[in-house]
Amino acid sequence: MPEKRSIELNLATTGIDDRGAGMRVPLGIGTALAEREPDLGGEHMLINIGPQHPATHGVLRLVVELDGEVVVRVIPHVGYLHSGFEKLGEYRHYNQIIPLTDRMDYLAPMSNNVVLALAVEKLMGIEITERCKVLRVIACEMSRIISHLVWLGTTSIDIGAFTPFLWLFQERERIYNLQEAWTGARLTTSMTRVGGLMADIPDGFEDGLRDFCRTFTKTLDEVDRALTRNAIWCGRTQGIGALTGAEAINYSLSGAMLRASGVAYDVRKDRPYLDYETYDFDVPIGEHGDVYDRYLVRFEETRQAGRIIEQALDRLPDGPINVDDPRVILPPKSAVMNDMESMIFHFKHVMEGVKAPVGEAYMPIESPKGELGYYFVSDGTAKPVRWRVRPPAFINLAALPRMSEGHLLSDLIAINASVDIVMGEVDR
Amino acid sequence: MNPSAAALRAQFDAAITRVTESCGDTIVYVDPTRVREILAWLKDAPEQDYDYLVDITAVEYRDAGLPIDVVYQVFSLRRKAFLRLKAPLDKREPLAIDSVVPIWAGADWMEREVYDMFGITFREHPDLRRILMWETYAEGYPLRKDFPLRGRFSRAEQVRQALGANPEAHYSMEELSIVQAATELPADMRDRLARGERGKIAEPPRGETTDA
Repeated sequence: MPEKRSIELNLATTGIDDRGAGMRVPLGIGTALAEREPDLGGEHMLINIGPQHPATHGVLRLVVELDGEVVVRVIPHVGYLHSGFEKLGEYRHYNQIIPLTDRMDYLAPMSNNVVLALAVEKLMGIEITERCKVLRVIACEMSRIISHLVWLGTTSIDIGAFTPFLWLFQERERIYNLQEAWTGARLTTSMTRVGGLMADIPDGFEDGLRDFCRTFTKTLDEVDRALTRNAIWCGRTQGIGALTGAEAINYSLSGAMLRASGVAYDVRKDRPYLDYETYDFDVPIGEHGDVYDRYLVRFEETRQAGRIIEQALDRLPDGPINVDDPRVILPPKSAVMNDMESMIFHFKHVMEGVKAPVGEAYMPIESPKGELGYYFVSDGTAKPVRWRVRPPAFINLAALPRMSEGHLLSDLIAINASVDIVMGEVDR
Repeated sequence: MNPSAAALRAQFDAAITRVTESCGDTIVYVDPTRVREILAWLKDAPEQDYDYLVDITAVEYRDAGLPIDVVYQVFSLRRKAFLRLKAPLDKREPLAIDSVVPIWAGADWMEREVYDMFGITFREHPDLRRILMWETYAEGYPLRKDFPLRGRFSRAEQVRQALGANPEAHYSMEELSIVQAATELPADMRDRLARGERGKIAEPPRGETTDA
């Protein structure tokens, strides 16, 4: 990538600095409009956006108080998609919870599946196989690419650029096909099990994924060329919804929202899991904490995810995907049919579920939306006493009023898009 | 064991009731009346520096005699240290604890969710409303163990209430909790909104049409 960047550097009048990072195009209005415009008096207007509105990315309802076109107050109302997943989880075996996790962050179901398995394995003290670790890294990074492609496509539509949406969704279709070949589903993947995976990757998957990683950056470059130094894009995103690093920490933001504000916190680096410390990748950091920096951060994360997948494919070892532990993994079907002991294990496993010891575990991962943490409390039975999801989108969304007050109504849409919410996870 | 546990013992002594460890994470049980003080100290003491609030949640155990734990998870971005605090609330007394919104703004929605799901009141919270369930939800607190999976009301009652609810009333000024805007409206409009009659404009009395 660096050589390509340097060619662009020569062509560009502005936009990319010596290190190849995106630079400020001096077009942004910088300060919030409310600070520059005199108060003309008049009545405030109250408008309701959503819950059924294409720009709220799901069933989010925003009640907005406006002074002219300037947002004075935003009151988000969430809960329209509340499904009580955490309550349902208390009535299910650990493996039966996996299908619920698909439906939370439905733009990145595989990373949700992975964190569930990791949390239960932490609770039970199970060490998974090497091949399983690498495959789970691939799953996490694939879902990061999928989620960021959707984010970038829908956000560009919100801000008025239609073309990148079509390009990015074409790429998303290709990686969805790979995901479908592996898990059998495009959305409800349910691809992990406690102690392993539902299935190994199919024939030809590695080549397909390598091919995807090689070629999808080409589309990213095209989108980069279309947006990053585009005057309208910069004008609509720079200086909009800015949060300082201290504010971002104060609001417990995570993921790209936090990093765009200049705080280098990435769970993959700071609390490594799945051997992420052995992969070579960069964590992009923003400076200004505005919508533009969030865009740049997510953009670069998408490229880095491709890098991680390539490394993971290079090191993918042979061997079993499941641990050799009859407590958690079903014995093979042939053994169940021919061998009494395996049949008993199979029966107990299906009827009683995986039993976790008394204790509790909090397992965070860096999901595409931010720090996604599953917190399990077990009393020794096969069903958790408490299953808490730390929802990154929910907690990031809480800062929306702070970010958007003082901006134009149209900027509110851009700011809301930059949070990268998925209502399935916000409402759970 | 996280060294912060010993430091907390030294600093707060009797307010730290128990320290345990589970799956590699240190858990410190604290006196619920001093939660805010302890968390503020953890955030501000330079050698602790737990500046990032990861999560606030609550746990109710299947054994009805056990207290409900309010769980705080904090992380130090600089020291990469993680700590979990638990404040047990006795179920025989009113479930209430100090809000930590004055320390972390991000606690706002987390505490609202705990209030919504467990009925724990956070004292001095700036805006303690239900968040995932609707304001008029009358069945109680869904994540409590005595709350049945299907809800407290029968399906028939739930359907009856859903059909009987006036969806327009949800959009009235009072429901939006923007009180100033509501008081500025003409009195008749306010009355109509309060009754949920939205979109119906009163006909002028017959025979009094004026020629403009």
